[in-house]
This record gives sequence, C-alpha cells and structure tokens, in this order.
Amino acid sequence: MIGNIAIVLFDGFAFGMLLFVLSVGLSVTLGLMNFINLAHGAFGMIGGYVTVLAMRQFGVPFLLTLPAAFLIAALVSVFFERTLFRRLYRAGELNQVLFTIGLVFVATAVATYFFGTGQQPIVLPSWLRGSVEIAGLRLGVYRIFLIAIALVIVALVYFGLEQTRMGAQIRASVDNQRVAQGLGLDVERIFAVTFALGSGLAGLGGALAIEIVGLDPSFGFHFLVYVLIVVAVGGLGSVAGSFVGAALLGIGDVAGKYFVPEIGSFLIYLLLVGILLVRPLGLFGKR
Amino acid sequence: MVKRITAALALGLAMGWATTATAQETLKIGVILPYSGPFADAANQLQAGIDLYIAEHGGEVAGRKIELIKKDTGGPAADAAQRAAQELVVRDQVDILAGFALTPEALGAAPVATEANVPMVVMNAATSIVTERSPNIVRTSVTIPQLNYAFGKWAAEEAGVKQAYTLVADYGPGHDAEASFAKGFTEAGGEILGSDRTPVANPDFSAYVQRVRDANPEAVYIFVPGGAQPAAIGKALVDRGLAPPDVKILAQGELTHPEALESMGETARGVITTFHYTLERDDPLNKAYVDGYMAANNGRKPDLFSIGGYDGMHLIYEALKATNGDSSAEAFVEAAKGMAWDSPRGPVMIDPETRDIVQTVYIREVQEVDGELQNVIIHSIPEVKDPLHGAN
Repeated sequence: MIGNIAIVLFDGFAFGMLLFVLSVGLSVTLGLMNFINLAHGAFGMIGGYVTVLAMRQFGVPFLLTLPAAFLIAALVSVFFERTLFRRLYRAGELNQVLFTIGLVFVATAVATYFFGTGQQPIVLPSWLRGSVEIAGLRLGVYRIFLIAIALVIVALVYFGLEQTRMGAQIRASVDNQRVAQGLGLDVERIFAVTFALGSGLAGLGGALAIEIVGLDPSFGFHFLVYVLIVVAVGGLGSVAGSFVGAALLGIGDVAGKYFVPEIGSFLIYLLLVGILLVRPLGLFGKR
Repeated sequence: MVKRITAALALGLAMGWATTATAQETLKIGVILPYSGPFADAANQLQAGIDLYIAEHGGEVAGRKIELIKKDTGGPAADAAQRAAQELVVRDQVDILAGFALTPEALGAAPVATEANVPMVVMNAATSIVTERSPNIVRTSVTIPQLNYAFGKWAAEEAGVKQAYTLVADYGPGHDAEASFAKGFTEAGGEILGSDRTPVANPDFSAYVQRVRDANPEAVYIFVPGGAQPAAIGKALVDRGLAPPDVKILAQGELTHPEALESMGETARGVITTFHYTLERDDPLNKAYVDGYMAANNGRKPDLFSIGGYDGMHLIYEALKATNGDSSAEAFVEAAKGMAWDSPRGPVMIDPETRDIVQTVYIREVQEVDGELQNVIIHSIPEVKDPLHGAN
C-alpha cells in the first residue's frame, strides 16, 4: 500500500511538472505584464512541431531538439509580440481574450494546413524509455527526466528573476512602469524579452509533452484549461506558485483517479474551487 | 397586366423545370462529418476514402453525375448534425445523406432521413443502435459489439484467458465495448476481475494503469478512442510492467493503429487487438487499395475511417446501378439489403434484416515482420453479425 501511494505521488508529481513547464511562462506574462495570453498553448504547439520536424526531417537527436523548440517558439513569439500583441497591452481584458483565442484558431488552422490533422508520434532514444526499479518501486525513466528538467527550470527562472540585473529590471518595470521608464529602463524591450522567455518555456513544454499526451493541431486548446488552473491556483506572476500549483494539480489528478476513479477526473476542479475559496488570489498571489 | 404575370409565371415554371431536369442528372450526396475540431482527423481520413473511391470509379454512376456537398459538425454534436441534415435536404436538395464519423451525428440526422425519406449511409458511427433509428439507414463500417463480443469469446475459449480487467473510455462506445467484451468473455467461462472507466479526454493514464496492476489480472482489456490516447495508454501499461508475455493486453484495434504503433515502438510487441480492417492483410484487393490510398494522400496510410468511407461509396454506386439511378429511399435501401461484395477488408454483406454490415472479425497480434512492427492476423471469425440487434 505504501508502495502504491509512493508510485501515485511520483506519477502525479511528474505529470504536474509537465504542466509546470507548460504554464510557468503564462504565469510570468500574465502576472508581470497583466496581459491575458490565451494563445500560450499555441506557442507550446510550435515547440512540439519543431521537435517533430527536427527529429523526422533532419534526424536531430531528441535532446538537441529541446533547445531548438525553446528558441524557435521564443523567436516566433517576439515577432508576434512586436507586430500584434503590443497593440493590446493597454486594451481591455475582453479584447485581449478575444484576440488571443482567435490567434489559437489561426494557429490550429495553420498547423492543420502544414502538418495535417494526424497525431505526430516521435521515437525517444532508448535510454529515455521504459522504467527503472528504485527501492522496489517501478519508475518511468521519462517521468524522472521530466522532473529533473522542471527542477532545473525552476532554479533558472527563480535565480534569473531574483538575482540578475535583467530580473531586477523586469520586476521594476512591472511594479511601476512609469517610474522604471523615468529611470531610463527600456520597458518595451524588457516586456518583449519577458514575453519571449515565457513563450520559449511553453515551446519547451510542448516538446516535452509529445511523449506523454501526443501532439496534434488542437494542442493549443487541449491544455488551456490545465494551464489556466495551474496559474489560478498558483497565483499570478509567482514562479513558486506555479510550481506548487502544478505539483498539487498533477498529484491531485492522479491520486483522485487512483483512489476514487468514479469521480477522479472531477477532483481537480473541486480542488481548484476549494483553494480559490480560501485564497482568491491563489496560493502565492500578491495582487 | 395579366399577360405579364402569366408570362412571368411561365418563365418561372420553365426555370423550375430546367433545374429539376438537371437535378435528375446529378446525384447530390450530402456528407456530414466533423471536419473541424478534435475529430477532424477522422473526418479527413473518411473523406479521403470517399474521394479515392470516386477517383477510381469515375464521378458518374447509372447516368448520374456525383456531386458531394460537405457539412461540418465540429464534433460529436447531434444538434449540429441535425441542422446540417435539414439544410442539405431542404436547401441543397440532396438525394443521399452520408458520412457520420460519430454516433451523435448519426443519431441527430436519423429523424431527418426518415422524415425527408432519403437514404442515409453511415460510414463510421459504430454504436449498435444507429441503424435502428431510421428505416433508411444502411451502415458500411462496423459495430463495437460486433468486434468485442466475438473477441471476448475468443479470449476465453481459444486464448485460454481465465480472468481479465477492463479499462474503457467513459462514453457510449466505451460502455458498449466494456459490456460486449464482458458478455462474450463471461459466457465462455472467463471472469472479470474489475472494470474502470477513464475520461474521454484523459491526458495521463498512470493512475488507472496502477489500479489494474494492483488487481494483478492475467489480461487487461482496453478500449480508447483513436488519436493521442492509444500511444499514451500503451506506454503507461508497459512502464508499469503490464506487458506481454506477463500480462496479456487485449484491445480494440485503435490501440495499435499505425501512428500509435510508431509511437509505442518495441513496447507494442505482443498486444492483441480485434478489428474489421487490417492494413497489412495479405490480399491483392487490399494491397491495391492501400497503394492507391497512400499515393493519393502523401503516403498517409488508410485506417478504419477510410475503409468505412470507401465501402460506403461502393454501396452507393452499386445500389444506384441496381436501381438504374433511382435514389428514392425505398428503391435504394431495397437494393442495398443483402448486397455482398469483396472489400479491401475482406468479404462483407449488408444484413437484409438490420441493414447493418456483416463481416469478418480479425484478431491480430503485434509482431515483427521484416524489421517492422505490424498487426499480424492470428485468427479470423467469418460472417459476424452485431449481437445486439433484435436483442432489445
């Protein structure tokens, strides 16, 4: 029984970490820039297709495609940020929602045009497949890999925001745009960089997600609900919040389905409602 | 004044006459499918099957030119399908309704087919009840009980499985699969250790698979819709050591369709599935069909949807030949009843009583052939009917 609980915790945590990588970027852009970007999942989809293309067409090893997924998703997002998104920074929330959800439809259509409607399978290197036995527990290798990557990202983002000059500039621009601008910070550039980093992380998440949940043109919609729950539970703009929120959601989802399969898939929504009732701003939300 | 009105009326009549005359020549087929949304891939594959048949057999049959009018439902929406069917019948004046990838679509359109008295060819929707909803429905795909009742029996009788755990997607077809497999299996002396249902859009199967492992069954039976889930559940099973030869994995054929096989790789070896169409079945007709399909679709392989569309068009063509181009529901359905032909999937027949398809059920095992994993047929059960028709 103890072994079962440990397995469920592990599986849930790994799934949570996938959600974390997918959603942390949205939490950052939403919290720091007050921009509601529902097209976040579409950037995840770009990352996924980059990995599929690189592996299929050019035979690039899986690990090397991950930075490419990050970079290309980030670059594409900068292009759109400069041409489209920035016009809506000051627009009302409804406009932002309508615009970005429209963008997801466009992304779905574009992906269908180029790649067709089918699933895009990838074949992982053999060392990432199968499972290993640790202390009598059978753990999936890819899930261990997911957890490791997520932890590295947490460390990098946390360190980056708290300890670097760029991080300080981002925090300053968010706290008070006008003053930051007055002090000579190029706020527009800082927002563009933040946006690119957030979308890049989504791209990385999309690439990592293929093995667990697959990839097709509806990816952008598929994960929107999960990603929004993570952000809402964790609190806007908080990296630690996204981490805890994603872990809770992943574990809650898997544990719920394991112990009470009849209502298992509903349990995470209950969890969401419960948490938001007690803490309307999310676990780590500040405003 | 009166003269003028008469002239206008005459002109109008003449024009009306002219359009009826051309309508006599072209045969309009209204195709209702989920071209967009989460089931867009199914719709595309089915449409490709239709297109291939028309390309191979010409766009004209019994002196009538075939014209397709496509309507999108966006997914399993009965109301959207009903609206589409009404528009097709009233505005476009189609002669035949066809398509229907999903059961709700077929159920939504069925009353329209009855009321407007047009034939309706169901090319996929696989729930048993579909053909009972209108006397004008003919089905050219498959029913879930047809596949799984026979499969359950086979598992207990021939494969010697004594106990199994079932894990199915929590929606109509999943419930059908669970019930019919269990029925066949227990009637033949097998025992169901437990059964779980997974949400239809389930991204992660680890919890359910762990429950199966806890029960430690001899075999696990799985039904999930196509798309991303087959590969996901397959990998989750193997990650937990639930894999042949220790545990038998039994499933309906979606689990090992080509994309899922590619994604699962080695882990799929030994999985046993039941299906009505097998891509690799060694048969000249099938080979020509697969080659033609791949050539027309950028190397994409045909699947269960494609064959449903292909055979659906065959039925339409042959029925029209038999009726000399008469597409009224009475003549068409009468011609379709009892019609038998050699399809790329094997010999098929339309049951004259239920208007449903009678066909061979194949039981396949994933094996390596020439360095590639394939579904290899290990057993065939000929002339299987849907076991539920007439039962209720």
